[in-house]
Amino acid sequence: MADFFSGFWSYFIGTVSILSIVVLIVFIAGFSGKGGSAPTGHIWDEDLQELNNPLPRWWLNLFYISLVFGAVYLVLYPGLGSFEGVLGWSQKKQYDEEIQAANNKFGPIFEKYLQQDLQDVIRNKDALIVGKRLFSTYCTTCHGSDARGARGFPNLADNDWLYGGAPETIKTTIMNGRHGIMPPWEGVIGNDNVMKVGEYVRGLSGQNVDTAMASAGKEVFSQFCIACHGADARGNQALGAPNLTDDIWLHGSSRQRIQETIAAGRQSLMPPHKEFLGEARIHLLAAYISSLSQAEK
Amino acid sequence: MAETETYNYRVVRQFAIMTIIWGIVGMAVGVLIAAQLAWPVLNFDIPWLTFSRLRPLHTNAVIFAFGGCALFATSYYVVQRTCHVRLYSDKLAAFTFWGWQAVIVSAAITLPLGITSSKEYAELEWPIDILITVVWVVYAIVFFGTLGRRRIQHIYVANWFYAAFIITIAVLHIFNSLALPVSFLKSYSVYAGVQDAMVQWWYGHNAVGFFLTAGFLGMMYYFVPKQAQRPVYSYRLSIVHFWALVFTYIWAGPHHLHYTALPNWAQSLGMVMSLILIAPSWGGMINGIMTLSGAWDKLRTDPVLRFMIVAISFYGMSTFEGPMMAIKTVNALSHYTDWTIGHVHSGALGWVALIIMGTMYYLIPRLYGREIYNTRLIELHFWVATIGIVLYIVSMWVSGIMQGLMWRAVNDDGTLTYSFVESVQAMHPYYITRFLGGVLFLSGILIMAWNLWKTIAGARPADAAIPAPATATAH
Repeated sequence: MADFFSGFWSYFIGTVSILSIVVLIVFIAGFSGKGGSAPTGHIWDEDLQELNNPLPRWWLNLFYISLVFGAVYLVLYPGLGSFEGVLGWSQKKQYDEEIQAANNKFGPIFEKYLQQDLQDVIRNKDALIVGKRLFSTYCTTCHGSDARGARGFPNLADNDWLYGGAPETIKTTIMNGRHGIMPPWEGVIGNDNVMKVGEYVRGLSGQNVDTAMASAGKEVFSQFCIACHGADARGNQALGAPNLTDDIWLHGSSRQRIQETIAAGRQSLMPPHKEFLGEARIHLLAAYISSLSQAEK
Repeated sequence: MAETETYNYRVVRQFAIMTIIWGIVGMAVGVLIAAQLAWPVLNFDIPWLTFSRLRPLHTNAVIFAFGGCALFATSYYVVQRTCHVRLYSDKLAAFTFWGWQAVIVSAAITLPLGITSSKEYAELEWPIDILITVVWVVYAIVFFGTLGRRRIQHIYVANWFYAAFIITIAVLHIFNSLALPVSFLKSYSVYAGVQDAMVQWWYGHNAVGFFLTAGFLGMMYYFVPKQAQRPVYSYRLSIVHFWALVFTYIWAGPHHLHYTALPNWAQSLGMVMSLILIAPSWGGMINGIMTLSGAWDKLRTDPVLRFMIVAISFYGMSTFEGPMMAIKTVNALSHYTDWTIGHVHSGALGWVALIIMGTMYYLIPRLYGREIYNTRLIELHFWVATIGIVLYIVSMWVSGIMQGLMWRAVNDDGTLTYSFVESVQAMHPYYITRFLGGVLFLSGILIMAWNLWKTIAGARPADAAIPAPATATAH
C-alpha cells in the first residue's frame, strides 16, 4: 500500500497492466491467419520487396505462452498495483524468512562460543577458523586480508593498540565502534608552531630533525599536547591518543603528513558492529584479532 | 530538370567514415580497460587513465559514437533510397553531422577529466545534454521531413524502426537527463532515491531497446535483403513484431533493479514484460534469417552476408539470454557479476558491431562507386571478429557464474566460504581471456579499416541519381 500515495495509482497500474496483456493477445491473434505468402506488391529502391508469409506457428505459440505466463505470474505475485498476489510473497518476507532460517541453523554455533571466556576461545582452533572467516568477510575492506591495515586504518597484528589490546577491550571496540579525534591546531597555535611541534614529534621516534626547531617545538608540545598524549608522549588508551614515540603511524610519518595531522586534525571512525553482527559473532572476531597479536609476541 | 537529382551521399559518407574511426577508438579504449582489469598496474596512477573514467568513455564511444554514427549514416541512406527523394535539408543534415561529432569530442574530453553526471550511459553533463537534444531534434526534422516527401506511398519497414528509435531516444534522453545545474559542469538529477534509479533504468534499458535494437533492426531490414537480393520474409511478421517490440520494451527497465528498494510490483512487471519480449525480439530475427530462404548457399560465398546473418544469430541469442536474466531467481545469481558484461557484449559485439560491419562493407564501396578492395580480407575479418566474440562472452559467462556462486557459497557455520578478494583473484585468467578476445575484435576492425581505405583511396565520391519509383506489381 505504502508504494502509492493515492489509491488511484494502484488501480491505474493494475488496469494498464491487465489491458496491455489483453491487447497484445488480441493484436497477435488478429494477425495469426494463414493466408498466402505472395509479395505485397510494394517495391522500394528498385528491387526491395516483401513476401507476406504467415506468422510461424511455433513463434506465435511462444508469444502466447509468455503472455499466459505473465498473466499467471501477476496473479500469484505482487505486480498489479497494490494487489499483493495470491501467494502473499514479498522480497521483505523472503529476506526475513531466510535470515530467520539462517539464524536458527547457525545461531547455536556462535552462541556456544559466546558462553565461553574469551581467553578460552582464543585457544580454540575451531573457533579461530570461524573468526578468521568472519574477519575475511567483514573486516578486510579496511584492515586488509592480512589485518595489517593501511594508512588511516590501524594494523591489528602488531600489538600496538590505540584503545587497548585486551581481548575484552577489542570486543568493546568492535561492538560500539570508536571515534578518534585529533583536533585541528593551526587556528590555536599558528602555522609556525605547527612546524615546530611537528619537528619535535618526529624526533620522539628518532627521525632526523632540525634540532633547533624541535627544541622550540618541545615547549609547544608541553603546553598543548600532553593533556592527551601525555608528558612522555606515550599516549593514552583511555582517550585513544596514540603513542608518539614508537614509530608506528596511522596517518603517515613524513614531515608533511605530521604537519597536516597537527594543523587540520584527523577524524578516525571505527563503526559500531553490535546491531549489524550481534555479540556472538563479535566475540569470535575479538578472539581471532587478539590471536593475531599474541602470535606476534 | 536541368540536372539529374541525386541523393545526398555526402552526409552518409561523413557518418560512415566516422563510424569506422570511432569504432577503432571505442574498441581500443575497451581493450585498454580490459587490460586494466587483468593488470591494474596499467592504471598508471594517472587519474585520467583510470578504469573508472575510461569505462564510461568506452561505453559512450562504442554506443553513441560508433553505433550512433552508423545509425545516422544508414538511416539517412535508407530513408532517401526507400523514399526516392533527397534528404529534406542538406544544411540541417550537415548540422547533425558536425553537432554529433561535437558531442563525441566533448565526451572524450570531459569523461577522462572526471566530469560526469554519474548516470550510466548518460554520464555527460548538462551543457552536452542540451547539445544532444538540439542535434536530435534536427535529426528528427531531417528524417521525418524526408519521409514526408517520399514518392512511394508505403513506408518501408526499415523506416518504421528508425522512426521509433529517433522518437523514443528523444523522450528517454530528455526525461532521464533532467537536472538542476549548480555550475557550468556540474548538475544534480531532479529525481531522488529510487525514483532516480527507476528513471535511470527506464532510460538505460531502452537505450538498449531503441538505440541498439530498434535502430539496428532498421539497418537489418534494408541491408540484409539488399545484400541477399531476396525479398523480406514476411510483411505481416514485421508489423506484429514492430508494434509488440516497441510496446513491450518500454516496460522492461525494472529488471535492472531486482531485489532493491524498488517496490515489488514494479519489479514483477519488469520481469513479466521482459519475458514477453522474447517473441517480439525474435520476430526480427526470424524475418532477417528467413529472408535468406532460397539463398542459403550465398552464406558460403558472401562474407558480407555472413557478417549480417551471424549478427542476427547473436541478436537472437542475446534477446533470449536477456529475458532469462530478468527472471528474479536467475538475476539473484547473475546480477552484479561478469555475466552481465558477457551478455551486453554478446549483443554489442555479436549483434550491433557485426551488423554495422556487414553494412559498412556494403555501403562504403557504393558511396564511392568502387568495388571492395579485397574480399578475402573480409573473410579474415569475419573469423578474427567471431573468435574474439566467442573468447569474450565465454570467458565472461564462466567468470560471471563463478563469481555468483563464490559470493553465495557458505561454510557449515554460515560464514561466507570466500572473501570478496578471493573471487577477484579467481577472475584473473578470465580477464586475460576477455582481453585477448577484445584484442582480436579490435584487430578485426583494423583489418576492415585498411580494406576500406584501400577501397576508397583516390576514389571520387559517387552521388547516385534518384531513380523513379518502380510501379507496383499487381497481385
